[in-house]
Amino acid sequence: MEYVIEMQNVVKNFDHKEVLKGVNLKVSSGEIFGLLGPSGAGKTTIIKILTGQLRCTEGASRTLGKDTGALSASIYRKMGMMMDNLGLYERLSCYDNLKLFAKIYGVRPGRISEVLKQVDLLEAAREPVSKLSKGMRGRLALARAVMNEPEILFLDEPTSGLDPQAAAMIHQLIKKQQERGAAIFLTTHNMEEAAKLCDHIALLNEGKIVEYGAPKEICLRYNHQNRLKIRLLDGRNVMLPNGKLSADEVKEYLAKEMVETIHSTEPDLETVFMELTGRGLE
Amino acid sequence: MKNMIAIFQKQIKDTLKNKSVLIEFLIFPVMSIIMECSIHIEGMPEHFFANMFAAMYVGMAPLVAMSAIISEEKEKNTLRVLLMSNVKPAEYLAGVGSYIWIICMMGGCVIGISGGYKGTELLSFLGIMVAGIFVSMLIGAAIGTSSKNQMAATSLTVPVMVIFAFLPMLSMFNASIEKVAKITYSQQISILINGIGKTGAGFENAVVISANLFIAAVLFWIAYKKSGMA
Repeated sequence: MEYVIEMQNVVKNFDHKEVLKGVNLKVSSGEIFGLLGPSGAGKTTIIKILTGQLRCTEGASRTLGKDTGALSASIYRKMGMMMDNLGLYERLSCYDNLKLFAKIYGVRPGRISEVLKQVDLLEAAREPVSKLSKGMRGRLALARAVMNEPEILFLDEPTSGLDPQAAAMIHQLIKKQQERGAAIFLTTHNMEEAAKLCDHIALLNEGKIVEYGAPKEICLRYNHQNRLKIRLLDGRNVMLPNGKLSADEVKEYLAKEMVETIHSTEPDLETVFMELTGRGLE
Repeated sequence: MKNMIAIFQKQIKDTLKNKSVLIEFLIFPVMSIIMECSIHIEGMPEHFFANMFAAMYVGMAPLVAMSAIISEEKEKNTLRVLLMSNVKPAEYLAGVGSYIWIICMMGGCVIGISGGYKGTELLSFLGIMVAGIFVSMLIGAAIGTSSKNQMAATSLTVPVMVIFAFLPMLSMFNASIEKVAKITYSQQISILINGIGKTGAGFENAVVISANLFIAAVLFWIAYKKSGMA
C-alpha cells in the first residue's frame, strides 16, 4: 500500500518538555485521516512536523515519501494547507488573495473563479477579507489550499468556531477533495466531525496515540455492554443483551407496536476517549 | 523571479490600502513640495527643505515600511503560508524590497524635483539616495525579521528611525550632535546631498556609509538566521 504520510516513533521536545512521545502514523492516498485530541495534545505539532515547519527531535517522518526535515519545492507544490491561523491578506479582496497564490503555483487564472464558486464565494470575490465572516474566511482559506489540486491536504481544525451550516459546507468540500483522489489529514477535537468524515482516526492524548482505527471499529471495540436499548412509546427504556436470547422479547415489543426507537449501546468517540484517558476532548 | 513579481504586485495592491505605510512614503515628498513652494527666506541655502527632507526620508520611509510589512506578515501568518507555498525567503524579501526601493526612489524623485534639481544634479541626488535607502531597508528588514509581531517591531523601529531620520536635521543646529551624527549613514547622505555641485563625495562619506551598510547587513543576516527563514 502506498502511504502519503508516515511517522515512526516521532518524539518532539520543546525546552526539555516532551510534547510528542513516540508517535506512529500511516495515511494512505485518497484517505481522510483525523487526528483527534483535546487542546494541547500535540495535534498542531504533528501537522507542523509533517509540513516541514518543525523538525522532530527523534524518529522519522515522511510526507509524500520525502523526509519532512528536507521537503523540496516539488513536494510543497503537491501539498495544500489550512492552518488554524488562516494567514489571509485582510486588505486584499478574496480574488486578489487567490490571484497571488495562482501566480505562485502557476495555475491558470480561470481556476480562481472555479474555486471561489466551489466555496460559494463568487459573489464576494471583490470584498476585502476584513469584511468577511469567520465562516467565509475559513472557506476562502480552504479555496486557497485546494487551488493547486494538491495530492495531500493538511487541515488544522478546519471547522473550529464555525456555525453548523458553514461547517457542513467545509465537510462537503473535503469530501470532494477525497473524490478527486487527494489524501486529507485533519485535526479536530470535534468527535462528530471525525466520525462523519474520516476513514481512519487516531486519538491523541498528551503526545501519545492512545487508539487508532476506523471510527466505527473503535466504538465497537469499546462496546463492553453490548446491549440493545429499546425506548417504548409509553416512555420506558428497556435494556436487553444484544444476541439471540433477546430475539423473542424484541419481537414481542415490535408485534405489539410498542417500540419508539431501538439502539445498540456502543459508545461514541468522546466516551471511548474518556475511558482511555480519563478526560474529555474539549 | 515569478514569485518575486507576484509578491511585488501583491505589495502594490496591499500598500495602497495600508494607510500607515502609505503615509511613510508620501509625507516627506509632500512636505518638500509644500515647503519649497511656500517658504522663501533671504539667505536660506539653496534646496534647503528638499535636502533636509531627503535625508529624513532616507532614514525613515524604507526602514519603517520594510519593518512594518515583514512584521505584519509574520504576525498574521501570511509569511508562513507564502513560505509553505513554495516561495523562498529570498524571493519574498526581494519582492518586498524591490517594491519599497522603487516607491522610495519615486519619492526621492519628487523631493529632488521639488527642490529644483535638474539633469546631472538630479541624477547625483538620486544616486546618493540609493545608497541610503538600501542601508535603511536592511535595518528595517533586520527589525521586521527578528520581531514576532508588529508591536514588537514598532518598539524597535521608532527609536532607531528617530536616530537616523532626525540626526541630520538636529546636526544643523548643534555642533556636538553633528560630531556624533557623522558616524551615521543618514548624516553622510545629508552631507553628500548638501554638497551636490560643490564638494563631491569624499573618503569619509564612503567609509561611513560602507561601514553602516556592513553592520546593517550583518544584523540582517543574524536576524534572518535566527528567524528560521534561512
